[in-house]
Amino acid sequence: MRHTLLATWAGSVLLAGFSGLASAAYELNMQAPASKVAQDVYDLHVLMMWIIVVIFVGVFAVMFYSVFAHRKSKGHQAAQFHENATVELVWTIIPLIILILMAWPATKVLLSLRDTSNPDLTIKVTGYQWKWGYDYLRGEGEGIRFVSALATPRDQIQGTAPKGENYLLEVDNPVVVPVDKKIRILTTGNDVIHSWWVPALGIKQDAIPGFVRDTWFKADRLGTFRGQCTELCGKDHGFMPVVVEVVSADKYSAWVGEQKKKMAAQADDPNKTWTLEESKARGAKVYAANCVACHQANGQGVKGAFPALDGSKVMNGPKDGLINVVLNGKPGTAMAAFGKQLSDTELAAVITHARNSWGNKTGEAIQPAEVRSQRK
Amino acid sequence: MDAVRTHGHAHHDDHAHHPGGIMRWVMTTNHKDIGTMYLWFSFAMLLVGGTMAFVIRAELFQPGLQIVTPEFFNQMTTLHGLIMVFGAIMPAFVGFANWQIPMMIGAPDMAFPRMNNWSFWLLPPAALLLIISLFVPGGGPAAGWTMYVPLATQMGPGMDFSIFAVHLLGMSSIMGSINIITTILNLRAPGMTLMKMPMFCWTWLITAYLLIAVMPVLAGAVTMILTDRHFGTAFFNAAGGGDPVLYQHIFWFFGHPEVYIIAIPAFGVISQVIPAFSRKPLFGYTSMVYATASIAILSFIVWAHHMYTVGMPVTGQLYFMYATMLIAVPTGVKVFNWVATMWKGSLTFETPMLFAIGFLFLFTLGGFSGLVLSLAAVDVQVHDTYYVVAHFHYVMVAGALFSAFAGVYFWLPKWTGRMYDETLGKWHFWLTIIFFNVTFFVQHFLGLAGMPRRVPDYALQFTEFNVISSIGAFGFGVSQLLLPYIVIKAIRSGEKAPQRPWEGADTLEWTHLPSPPPYHSFQTPPVVK
Ligand code: HEC
Ligand SMILES: [Cu+2]
Repeated sequence: MRHTLLATWAGSVLLAGFSGLASAAYELNMQAPASKVAQDVYDLHVLMMWIIVVIFVGVFAVMFYSVFAHRKSKGHQAAQFHENATVELVWTIIPLIILILMAWPATKVLLSLRDTSNPDLTIKVTGYQWKWGYDYLRGEGEGIRFVSALATPRDQIQGTAPKGENYLLEVDNPVVVPVDKKIRILTTGNDVIHSWWVPALGIKQDAIPGFVRDTWFKADRLGTFRGQCTELCGKDHGFMPVVVEVVSADKYSAWVGEQKKKMAAQADDPNKTWTLEESKARGAKVYAANCVACHQANGQGVKGAFPALDGSKVMNGPKDGLINVVLNGKPGTAMAAFGKQLSDTELAAVITHARNSWGNKTGEAIQPAEVRSQRK
Repeated sequence: MDAVRTHGHAHHDDHAHHPGGIMRWVMTTNHKDIGTMYLWFSFAMLLVGGTMAFVIRAELFQPGLQIVTPEFFNQMTTLHGLIMVFGAIMPAFVGFANWQIPMMIGAPDMAFPRMNNWSFWLLPPAALLLIISLFVPGGGPAAGWTMYVPLATQMGPGMDFSIFAVHLLGMSSIMGSINIITTILNLRAPGMTLMKMPMFCWTWLITAYLLIAVMPVLAGAVTMILTDRHFGTAFFNAAGGGDPVLYQHIFWFFGHPEVYIIAIPAFGVISQVIPAFSRKPLFGYTSMVYATASIAILSFIVWAHHMYTVGMPVTGQLYFMYATMLIAVPTGVKVFNWVATMWKGSLTFETPMLFAIGFLFLFTLGGFSGLVLSLAAVDVQVHDTYYVVAHFHYVMVAGALFSAFAGVYFWLPKWTGRMYDETLGKWHFWLTIIFFNVTFFVQHFLGLAGMPRRVPDYALQFTEFNVISSIGAFGFGVSQLLLPYIVIKAIRSGEKAPQRPWEGADTLEWTHLPSPPPYHSFQTPPVVK
């Protein structure tokens, strides 16, 4: 009775499982590779799985045969043999040989995965809590730099709006690269360790503060490839995706041109004197992009973790100390040195904004020149 | 048998002087009392850590943030890991060691009974520190059980609580290990040479050495975090000339042997249970001893396979890859030996044997995914994804926890003198193994398809498997409540257990001691031929 119940239950679970397998969401293997290395890794994994299946069947066929045939309830008498050096030797040496055979393709794939020589394009990726910064260092597009953050709206995450197709895997500024070109990625971290991962391209590289590491890929088809940060990096670790757009050479050149124009248009005159209103408006944008994750939109912070800026003594205190905190951060805390990410104009604006928002009312604009004078 | 039974036990028992009530447990220096406390403590921690797993799986039941904030989610994954590893699994096996080693080698008690008491009583304060950390400003530690820097440096005072807890746990483990080593080396009955010792004692002897070697390393690593946090050092801070990756090297130099600290005693339990229910001696005792020792030694030289993505030189990756693959050899030897022990035995399938077979089957699956992970190029893809989560739950839960369950059902009749309810035991096994696989098997697919670990929310294509996994987790958790029910039912109203309820069990506790055994196991050592 109990057995039939169990069987029916297990049967229905299996059935539900298999009917579900037909739908695309039940992905059972790695993502479709978009580079040779990714393809090699994919194939290595598949090869490995077949070897495992063979060993698995071999070992457990013996075990389950024993479970069925050598039961006491069937009257099987226990043999008393034990200790046999030959047998032990055989099952030590055979696995060893299998392993050596496996090590060969594994070594080959690893060597190509790590060969970052002769790139066409070099991009530095910086992990920030919780967004990615990209600097095109060498090759076509040299000089382009931007920050790339999650584009999924908060209300989708909170469940107050329906979730879009690329929920959590969409960013405001994707990395754009040309197809069939070797791209070398340098990674580093600004605050804690992050890890830059694009599954379809077959690469993942930790972004470590104070060190630069590298990896590479060469996409062999057009498309948009999505990945995520894979090293726990604090509160919004799950919310810092990576999006790589692989485009044709022509399209890439067009994109580079566009970016250059955009950057030129956005460049601020560092000697401009800003009015309070101008600076506040600009600062609100900088604040929304860089500070809300911790200090929150209402300036109240998160109790116990991130201090409130609304009513903060430092915020309303002398300018120099305040500029110093934002410029150089607070070592050993989550408060990063924003001097590395933001321009003098942006820093001045965000500080002005925070000093004149919520309950803070200092009534004066900080000028870019004041920030510059504090940079060492 | 009875003729051999050491004389005078019952008599001695009567005047075993110990205080009554709660003080009996606080003051006890008796290996059985202490073993019992370790086991109940471990079970309590299993429930605490399990509750945290509930929170994690509830949040992951659906995409989006429903139940907890990301900060709290990270605290849950961190504390779940710390509590399960240091609070549930490790103490469980020390509990077995306490109960079993003196009885299996023919000793009256452990070598250092007072230190034994102290090793246990360090645990509750450590556990309290971990739990209280949730209520300090900033909440509990949220940098993962691996406590990677610089994230760990950013944490609030909750981190300091965990660091101190790790210190206490480390002290406890080291004292426990000294005790176990001394007991095994000095208190064996005449005639019991090392190579005649039950396999369980061998595995603990080796494990105790591992513990003594690596717990100080962990203590050093977390102390360096502590001084980086508060005393201006920069061991792990690049800005001060330190290196965050150095922490990972030190941590995993502890962390990889730690995996075997958990697995090897589990192998020991399985090596007692399988022969007993196969009614046939362990196939290759000698090679099992050597295989265990080689696993232990190899475990010291493979640590950086947890760090294939930090960007070490490719030659380093190759070395760690080859060394890691090598571990499959002695591990394979163990599995083959267990299967060969069952071969042509006379098998019965009481609950301990079911859990042992479940262990064998699932631990081997965990070993296979480990082999996949050993290949550096593949690991780069699945590192820090749910594939790894699935892998280590196959070796930790299906490995260590199943083995602990096998051990509890196996020795419960000896410890309590009562039989447990076999039907309920079988229910416990089947529910556990089914729900375990529902929970964790699908996580392999999630990892392969690209879901990172330690995230409170995920992209839509991962929904289906997460739903399945969460349902499995709830079933798994609830099924575990059967265990205390079965144990308490056995103690209260179980049938009286004979001295040797398992036909094939042939170690000293079954052949020489009544069930339950006297308070001091062997007053006069038995003679082993
Ligand atoms: C990753 C989280 C994080 C981000 C992003 C962040 N901060 Fe902070 N901030 C902190 C933490 C944590 C502290 C408290 C440091 C300490 O313990 O002294 C802090 C402190 C401060 C203080 C000092 C407040 C006081 O009362 O002591 C100021 C001012 C400040 N932040 C401004 C900013 C500005 C402006 C931005 C955006 C450009 C920003 N922060 C972005 C985490 C963050
Ligand atoms: Cu990150």
